Amino acid sequence: MIVGEQKPLDEIRDQISPFKKVLILGCGTCVTVCFAGGEKEVGVMASTLRMAGAVSGQEKEFLEATVKRQCEWEFLDQVAEQIASVDAVLSLGCGIGVQAIAERFPKVRVYPGLNTSFLGMPVEQGVWSARCAACGDCVLGRFAGVCPIVRCSKSLLNGPCGGSHDGVCEISPDIPCGWQLIYDRLEVLGLLDTLEEIVPPKDWSAGMGRGGRSIVREDLKI
Amino acid sequence: MKAGSKLEQALVEGRFAVTSEIGPPKSVDAEVVRRKARLLRDHALAANITDNPTGVVRMASIACGLMALQEGMEPIVQVTCRDRNRMAIQSDLLGAAAMGIKNVLCLTGDHPSLGNHPQSKPVFDLDSLQLTQMVRNMRDEKQFQNGEELNPEPRLFVGAVENPFGHPLQFRSVRLAKKVNAGADFIQTQLIFNIKRFREWMQEVRDRGIHERVYILAGVGPIRSAGAARFMRDRVPGMDVPEEVVQRMAGVERNEARKEGIKICVETIQELREMEGIAGIHIMALEWEEAVGEIVETAGLKPLPMRLAASVSPER
Ligand code: SF4
Ligand code: SF4
Repeated sequence: MIVGEQKPLDEIRDQISPFKKVLILGCGTCVTVCFAGGEKEVGVMASTLRMAGAVSGQEKEFLEATVKRQCEWEFLDQVAEQIASVDAVLSLGCGIGVQAIAERFPKVRVYPGLNTSFLGMPVEQGVWSARCAACGDCVLGRFAGVCPIVRCSKSLLNGPCGGSHDGVCEISPDIPCGWQLIYDRLEVLGLLDTLEEIVPPKDWSAGMGRGGRSIVREDLKI
Repeated sequence: MKAGSKLEQALVEGRFAVTSEIGPPKSVDAEVVRRKARLLRDHALAANITDNPTGVVRMASIACGLMALQEGMEPIVQVTCRDRNRMAIQSDLLGAAAMGIKNVLCLTGDHPSLGNHPQSKPVFDLDSLQLTQMVRNMRDEKQFQNGEELNPEPRLFVGAVENPFGHPLQFRSVRLAKKVNAGADFIQTQLIFNIKRFREWMQEVRDRGIHERVYILAGVGPIRSAGAARFMRDRVPGMDVPEEVVQRMAGVERNEARKEGIKICVETIQELREMEGIAGIHIMALEWEEAVGEIVETAGLKPLPMRLAASVSPER
């Protein structure tokens, strides 16, 4: 899932300060599951902004709505009328949701209420952790199902750097060393000898650093 | 000879080699580099020129390497994967080789979040293994990383590093073997304070026969104070400073601390010299270059092979 967290309130207020009537638009999928931009968070955000507005004596109106998935135009169309009725949309969806709104409604001002942080999963109540960087050339098969691109701070492919210590990364005692995780899993699977091979430089062109990537499936086109 | 550097020559001839280190200045003050080069040139065969160590921006290692060369000190130019992608590194190495640099040391590099521009974008296009292999292939296969022909090729003596104290410990000799397979001609190790652990690692290295395929230079350095010992123990990633060493430093009077640090360093060198498979010593004095001469002399590492002809620098 896509994991995000709300921007600081001051930044949100700053972005929407010129507008009188704002729609706060949530998303019912990933950001609902990570408690950042679902229906509930839309409600809380609206009351917070209303209160802040009242305190500073500004006349503001906040509408609330949440669609099933902000990243698909057909769901956005369901709130087209509300979107047309406001000065700006504050999206509590991920960055894809924000862009979907911008593309579907070219004349609408839209602002992100979240920082989209990573592709990841919940690992315990209240804790989410990154798992994938969408590199476009998945190497999980080689590394026993642990992603070296995301879980090693240096995206190393040939084993841990010299800073790996007691299972944590050199950059912080709070970050597990991705390579210790890979090593441990390969050990359990009896595959440690595969680490002796030299993994060649990665083809980064499949992923990050190229704008406008898309996937076209001729078999599915109409 | 692969590159024909003084370092390579000494190692090939089986002479016990001493290398040291020059940290570039955090400014354009060239005299810092020149002074360190003059301090070290009679005591070490070649000196590493660090590449933005600990992620702190300093003068470029290649530029400093050229200044060292002008002072008669052979440089070992460090290259990390942190700040440059495969294109920038190859292009820099072509320039370095064309200007007369003959040794490189391939490292991963510390993460930028530990340095002075923590908001910068970490590169890590390659890792240190891939970097080592790329430089070897540039020289031996006359090939760029993409396979295109490279002619004439850079003649570089390729070094890599290993940290016998990094975790998982069992992987450290495997990683060394990988680096040698990737093309490392020589290896410099992390600073050694835990001799016991280093012995274990060297045993594994010999069991794998790696010491016969690469020149291993053991890393040492003088500790300046008990505080410095504690700092290295607690704060520097990848360092293993045992309690005995901290105690020894803490056990002497303040004004005797530097002497004690040098003494520990010399004792370590003597133990390392006796180990099978150690081809030389790499002395990292970390802004205490004055100590290197004393260490080399007390440890009986003299005489060194002849210094580079200083004639490259007519104006000095
Ligand atoms: S290898 Fe690439 S695609 Fe696979 S999990 Fe890692 S970042 Fe994602
Ligand atoms: S300590 Fe581990 S996770 Fe951190 S950079 Fe080194 S290998 Fe990667």
